[in-house]
Order: sequence, then C-alpha cells, then structure tokens
Amino acid sequence: MDYNTKFTPHTWPDHPEQATMEGKNKVVGFWIFLACEVVLFASLFATYLALKNKGPAGMEFSTQELFELPLAFAMTMLLLTSSLTSVYAIYHMRNFNFKAMQTWLAITLLLGLGFLCLEIYEFYHYVHLGFTFSQSAFSTAFYTLVGTHGAHVTLGLIWFTTLMIRNAKRGLNLYNAPKFFVAALYWHFIDVVWVFIFTVVYLMGVIG
Amino acid sequence: MSSHTQKKSFGASVWDYITTVDHKKLAVMYLLAGTLFFAIAGFEALLMRIQLMKPNNDFISAGFFNELLTMHGTTMLFLAATPLLFAFMNMLVPLQIGARDVAFPFLNSLGFWLFFLGAVFLHLSFFMGGAPDAGWTSYASLSLYSPGHGIDFYVLGLQISGFGTLISGLNFIVTIITMRAPGMTFMRMPLFTWTALVSSALILFAFPPLTVGLVLMLFDRMFGGNFFDHTMGGNTVIWEHLFWIFGHPEVYILVLPAFGLFSEIIPTFSRKRLFGYSSMVFATILIGFLGFMVWAHHMFTTGLGPTANAIFAVATMAIAVPTGMKVFNWILTIWGGSIKVTTPMLYALGFIPSFVAGGVTGVMQASAPLDYQLHDSYFIVAHFHYVIVGGIVTALFGSAHFYWPIFFNRMLDEKLGKWTFWVFFIGFHLTFFVQHFLGLMGMPRRVFTYMEGQGWDQFNYISTVGAAMMGVGVVMMVINCLLSIKRPPAGRDPWGDGRTLEWAIPQPIPFYNFRQTPLVRGLDPYWIEKQEGNKEGMIYAEPLGDIHMPNNSALPFVISLGLFIAAFGALYSPLGVAEDSRTWAIPVLIIGLLITFGAMIVRSVKDDHGFHLHKEEILEIEEQLYGKGGKK
Amino acid sequence: MSHDTPVVAKSQAQYEYDRHHNAVHMRKQVINFAIMIFLTFIAFAVVAADFSPYLIAPFVLLLAGIQVVLQLYAFMHLEDKKTHFGGVIAFFMWFGILLAFTFFLAFLTIVWW
Repeated sequence: MDYNTKFTPHTWPDHPEQATMEGKNKVVGFWIFLACEVVLFASLFATYLALKNKGPAGMEFSTQELFELPLAFAMTMLLLTSSLTSVYAIYHMRNFNFKAMQTWLAITLLLGLGFLCLEIYEFYHYVHLGFTFSQSAFSTAFYTLVGTHGAHVTLGLIWFTTLMIRNAKRGLNLYNAPKFFVAALYWHFIDVVWVFIFTVVYLMGVIG
Repeated sequence: MSSHTQKKSFGASVWDYITTVDHKKLAVMYLLAGTLFFAIAGFEALLMRIQLMKPNNDFISAGFFNELLTMHGTTMLFLAATPLLFAFMNMLVPLQIGARDVAFPFLNSLGFWLFFLGAVFLHLSFFMGGAPDAGWTSYASLSLYSPGHGIDFYVLGLQISGFGTLISGLNFIVTIITMRAPGMTFMRMPLFTWTALVSSALILFAFPPLTVGLVLMLFDRMFGGNFFDHTMGGNTVIWEHLFWIFGHPEVYILVLPAFGLFSEIIPTFSRKRLFGYSSMVFATILIGFLGFMVWAHHMFTTGLGPTANAIFAVATMAIAVPTGMKVFNWILTIWGGSIKVTTPMLYALGFIPSFVAGGVTGVMQASAPLDYQLHDSYFIVAHFHYVIVGGIVTALFGSAHFYWPIFFNRMLDEKLGKWTFWVFFIGFHLTFFVQHFLGLMGMPRRVFTYMEGQGWDQFNYISTVGAAMMGVGVVMMVINCLLSIKRPPAGRDPWGDGRTLEWAIPQPIPFYNFRQTPLVRGLDPYWIEKQEGNKEGMIYAEPLGDIHMPNNSALPFVISLGLFIAAFGALYSPLGVAEDSRTWAIPVLIIGLLITFGAMIVRSVKDDHGFHLHKEEILEIEEQLYGKGGKK
Repeated sequence: MSHDTPVVAKSQAQYEYDRHHNAVHMRKQVINFAIMIFLTFIAFAVVAADFSPYLIAPFVLLLAGIQVVLQLYAFMHLEDKKTHFGGVIAFFMWFGILLAFTFFLAFLTIVWW
C-alpha cells in the first residue's frame, strides 16, 4: 500500500494515526518525548518556586502586587477552550472529515493566538512597571518559566499552521494522520503545563 | 538502488557518511568520534599527571591545569564514554532485537551530528581564548565569575551535544519498545538491550534538568539573568541541585550499558546461559530507579541539614544491593562454566574485582559523616576512576575485542589484546590505587601542585608511572584496531559461541540487516537454533519479500550546523559576562537559528516515504556479498 | 512497514457503529471539558473569595492534579486500550511526574539553609 492511497470514510481505519508502523512509532515516541518535557518543566517550576519573591535588598515587586487574576483567568479560558477545539479536530480526523478538521484547527489556532497576545501584553505591562528580565532573581525565573511555556505555544502555532498549509490540497492520508494527532497531543500538553502555571504561579502567587 | 554495492569515489563516500541514516554506519561514526575525544581527554590526563609527578613542578601553569582538569572530565563523560557506548548501542540493539533499523533513522543521524558539532564547538575553546576552567561540575559560584569565554563554550557546547544525546536516547527507547522481532518479548531481550533501554530512559529523564541548568547558566552568563547571583536574590545551590539531578543518573547512564556488555561477554565465554536473567533485569531497573533518588549525596558538605543527608545516605547505600546482585550473578554464571579466557573474557575477569573496589569506596562515601572527611580529596578521584575505568573503560575495550567482527568483519589480534589488557590493567591499578591513600593523607583534588615533605611525593610518582602505562595500553589498543584492516574476514559467529541474534546474521552485514525478520523462540535465540542443529542459522517469521528502507538525508547535518553557528552568536552576546562582545553577535545568533528551524520546516513539508528494496535486488546484493549460494 | 497495512472497506454496520462510537466519545469529551472549566472556575473563585492561604494552597493544587489527570486520560486518549504500548507510555509519564514531585520537594526544602 502506498502512503498516498486515497481513502473514503468507509475505508478509513478506526485509529488512522496508528495504522502504519511509522504512525505507531511516532505516537509512542512523542509520548516518551512528553515524559521528558514533564521533567524539563518540573526543573523550571522548581527553580521558580525556589526563587519566588527573591530579589536584591529592598525589592518592591512581589507576586501579590504584580499578578492580576482577571488576565490570568482570561488566558486560562482561551487555552482550555483551544484544547477542546483540538479534540474536535481529532474527532473529525477519525471520521475522515478533512474540512471540519481544518476548521477546528483554525479555531484552535486563533484561540492560541489570542492567548499569546495576552501573554505578550502581560510581559509588556510588567516590563513597563520596571519588572524587567534582569531586575531580580524572581523576575528572571518568572520570565524563564512562563516564557518557555510561551515559546512552546508559539512553536505549536507554527506547527499547526505548517501542517494545515502543507496538507490543505491533498486531504487526509495515513502519512499525515499521525502528524495531526501528534500535534494535537502537543497542544494538550501545553495546556497541562498551563494548568500548573496558573495554579502555582498566579493563584498561589496572589495568596502570597 | 543497486548503486550501494559499487565502488565509490572518495567524495561520494564522505557524502554518504554525512547523509547516512543507517544505524551501522552511524555506529562506526560514533566509534571514531568517541575514540578521537577519548584520545584527547587521555592526553589531557597525561599532562596533568606529568605536572603532579613531583612536588612544586612547573611543567604547566595553574590556569592551564584548571582548563585541563575541566576538559578531561567533561570530555571523558560527555564526549568519549557516551558516544563509545552509543556506538555499541547503535550497532547492537537493532541487531539483537531483529529490527531493520532504529525507530527513527533520521533522528539517529541528527543525534550524532548534534553531539559531534557540540563537541567540536567545546574543543574550539582551546584556540579561541581559553577552555572552561571551573571543573566538569562547573559550580555557579565559580563559573559565573570565570573571565573569558571558557564557561560560555562549556554551556553552549554541552547544550548542543546534550540535545543530541537526548534525541538518541529517545530513539533507542522507542526502538526497543516497538521494533522487536516476532517472539522477542521483553523477558527474552538480551541483557545489553535491557541495559540500553534503562540507560536511555535515564537519559530521557536526566538530560532535561541539565538542559535547564545550562539554560539558566546561559542566561546568567550571556543575557543578564540572575539565577545564581546572590546579590540579586539568586541562589547557587540551584545549579548544584540541577547539575547533580542530572549528574548522578549520568553515572548509571554510562555504567549500565557497560554491565550489559559484560552480561553478553561472560555467558558467551562461560558457554552457559546468564545466571539469574530475570533478577538481572530487575536489578537493572532498580538501579535506574534508585539512581534518581540519591543525587544530593554529592552535596553532603553543602549544608543541606542532617535530615536530608541521612535520607540521601540511606538511599545511596540501597543501590549497593541491586549492584551486588549483578556481581553475584556474573560470578555464578562463570561458576561451573566451560570457560575460555579470551581477551574479552580477560577484561570481564579484571572488571569484576576492580568495579567491586570502586563500589565499596562508594558506599564508604555514602555515609555522610565520613564523606565530610573524604570530600574533595584524592579519595574521591580514586573512587570514581575505579568505577569509570574499572567498569566502563574495561567494558569498552573488552567489547571492542568482542564485537569488532560485528563492526568490521575482522577479528582483533588476541595475543596483542592480552598484552594490552595486562599493560592497561596494571597501569590502571598503579595510577588509582595509591590515590586512595593520597586522599586519606589529605591531598585535595584539583590542585595543580603541592609542597614536598607531606609524604605525597612517592605515591604521586607511582600514579604518574601508572598513567603512562595506561597511555601505552591505549596506543597498543589503537594499533591492534589499525592492524585488523590487514586481517582476513571473520565471517559469521567467529567466536563460535555467540548466543544472541547479532551473531546469527551473515557477515558482512547488508544494509537492511536480516533479509527476513527472524522468529525468536526463547532467550539466547541463536544458541537455541545451534543446539537444535539448524544449519541456516535462524528460522524466519516472514517469506522473502520487499523491504522498506528509509532515505538518506543531509538535513540532520544542516540542523546541527545551524545550532553550531547560532552558538557563536550567543557566545559574543553584548550582555555577556565576558565583556568581549561583537557587533555581529545577535545577527549570527538569528541566522543560525533560522538555518536550524528552516531545515526543520523543510523536513516536515517534504514527504519522505523511504524506498522499497525489491526481492530481486536483495538477491543480487546477497550474491555480490556472499557469492553464489553463499559460497564466497 | 507501511506496505503491511491493508486497506479494508468497513461494512455499513461497522461504519455506523464506529461513527456512533466516535460521537458518543466526543460527547464525553465535552462533559470532561465542562468539568475542567468548572474546576478552573472554583479555583479562581476560592482565591478571589480570599479564604485562608492554608486552605487555598492545597485545594487549588488538588484541582490542578484532577485537571491534569483529565487531560491525560480523556483528551490525550491515554485511557484508550487501542493505544500502542499504552501501558509503557503511562509508566513513562507517571515516572516523569514522580520525578517532578521530588524536584518540587527538594527545591522547596533543601535549597535555602
């Protein structure tokens, strides 16, 4: 069988992302990679916790004064919703409905973009207050942790865009189905990390 | 696709090696690169030993001595031992599980090039204003204030080569999980494959903390961060934690595959199945697990408090239990076997007592109160060299002899090999045994010279003589390898006692490995087939048919090259501690990253379906390799 | 290998069954999503309501933990028995999470002295 075999909804396998050996390898490999990312983010979180509110003598910034709940809430909602929309995309991928999948991916992309804009606004705001990257150990740790997450979001957006453009004309096949599936996994993982960021950084920051 | 059997021009061969995704060629590249860096780091060690040969020596300066000790440690662990073990893992794991190649051949090549270019970058420091000089641990309180670019080279070089190691580790995990031949259940895997799996899992979980630690150091050194600067609220202990969370598993990353290699050599030359196979597997996993729970025993004297010290001391001592299980299993495998003392077996026999000695001094240091005495003394140096040289280097030399016919279809010379063993082995014990006493007498490690009249002179002199013998041993080993070019082809199963699948494959190994995927009927499958008088070698799980193989690609090299270029940009960053910035720094950084990400996008946009090798082509290749009817 | 994958046309009954199965599954996902939103809402609410930090901290951490399990097992299909080597994958993920826990513990207790 060739990778470019055309499918119909009736011949499309039940788990298209794992129908080929390459697909199986890709899914297993990507999960293992995510386990590695768990440890990566854990190291960043641990560093942040150790350096939270630490700065030069007389530093005026602290989590309680800096963070605002409404903004964090809006960002959380955007990212959580985008996680659901990517689930919809995979649902349509499994039903061999390419158009619907692309639409839901586009919605995911827009929500992710909205999240990114809010994050950029937030950073801009803090820098404006004088809370720059080099201001204190706390600021460095904060920007590194949240910034690494932001970089992951950016990478995810580029990834989705590339996938959508590349496959716009040719539709679904067993070569690109695992690619869409894995990109969605990545997007969920970004959401998992954000759940911890809004809990550990923002919520627990506001209570001090 | 029959061009692979024709004679190629030199340029075409080089291009072939740059673009190859074949695990066997990459294994050879790892072997060559690892040997190169092993030689460099060994030479650095010799310079240090010459400097310490007599008191108040002025052979090299104090600053250069610091650079040498840093580069010796860093190179040996990251750029010599790791790639040399990867060479064996790359070569053997797919063969031992009966796979065509690793799960992600492209990533395999990417891993190699990232490692190699990162290593080259690190070594450029010698020619570009001085090498790193804060020790291989590069504690932040030292390295933040190191003038010049040495530490920057360390951070960027290790970052790049660390990515390579991480990618390769991930690749091995997936390969071992998903690519096993029919019948090759987890509990039938050869022990080397098991140790490769556990060691790769350790890489997967240990390298991210190192990556984070290096990123934090990168930000502090080059982009105005404050993680470790206490005047800005930072904390240098964070570096110590992150480094040792990585650093301790790193020891097991290296030693577990070495255990695996000996677990292949010992049963082969005892002509007896490995004693306690399942307990060996269990011990391997347990060592891997405990390896993550003990990192703070490197930091007993940091002042973590008695509770933390006690917890980590007990956890550390617990690791001696599974390790002891392994030692007893090896001894019981030899016990009552029909033993052939070949060169690999000689290394195995030398390994057991040497490694036990290193392990016992390790348990001594695990006791926190005693560690306050031993910390930062030559006792530590003696301990870890007993583990690393006595455990890992003997494994590498022994398995180089053992597996040379798999790599190159040639045997190494047994007589020269045995001489090499004795010269190297005696040199090793001369060098490091006396260092235990130097440590107990109070000689601190990492000093470039010492005063006379402290009773250290004699032992230091002996140590240097031993180091020279080790150097001679390595040279003899290399000569042996070079002489093997002239030797006749070894053929299949040249030791006559091969047990596992890699010996069942005909030599020279075609690029698609087994023509048909073998069927595995138990532990030590080739041994089973030989016992049952199977002349063919193996029975197969599929009829002869088309084989799907991956395409070669130059993209891994380009991706790695992009990071290599970007590293120069970061090195001369205008915010750097080194105060030696260049105006082109940021543009170069961006250009490098663009090359990398551009190549990644090309990779994901361009379809890569691989190619099919047809039945007729397979038969044609085999006729060229083995002659008509396999009679060549 | 890709050429080992046969193209099999599903029977009409199988096709409809799969469709239905997918749709039911998707409905469950929407419910999971509703639960997540609800949990998030509570988490923000208790902080906004200004309860004692000793109550809030463990509570929001617990909610975060539940959300992560939901994401992993529902959205990321770790519960799916058809996932290849799902058990091995889950083992790796949970080992990573265990390590994450030890890092937090260490960096909160034995960094400052």
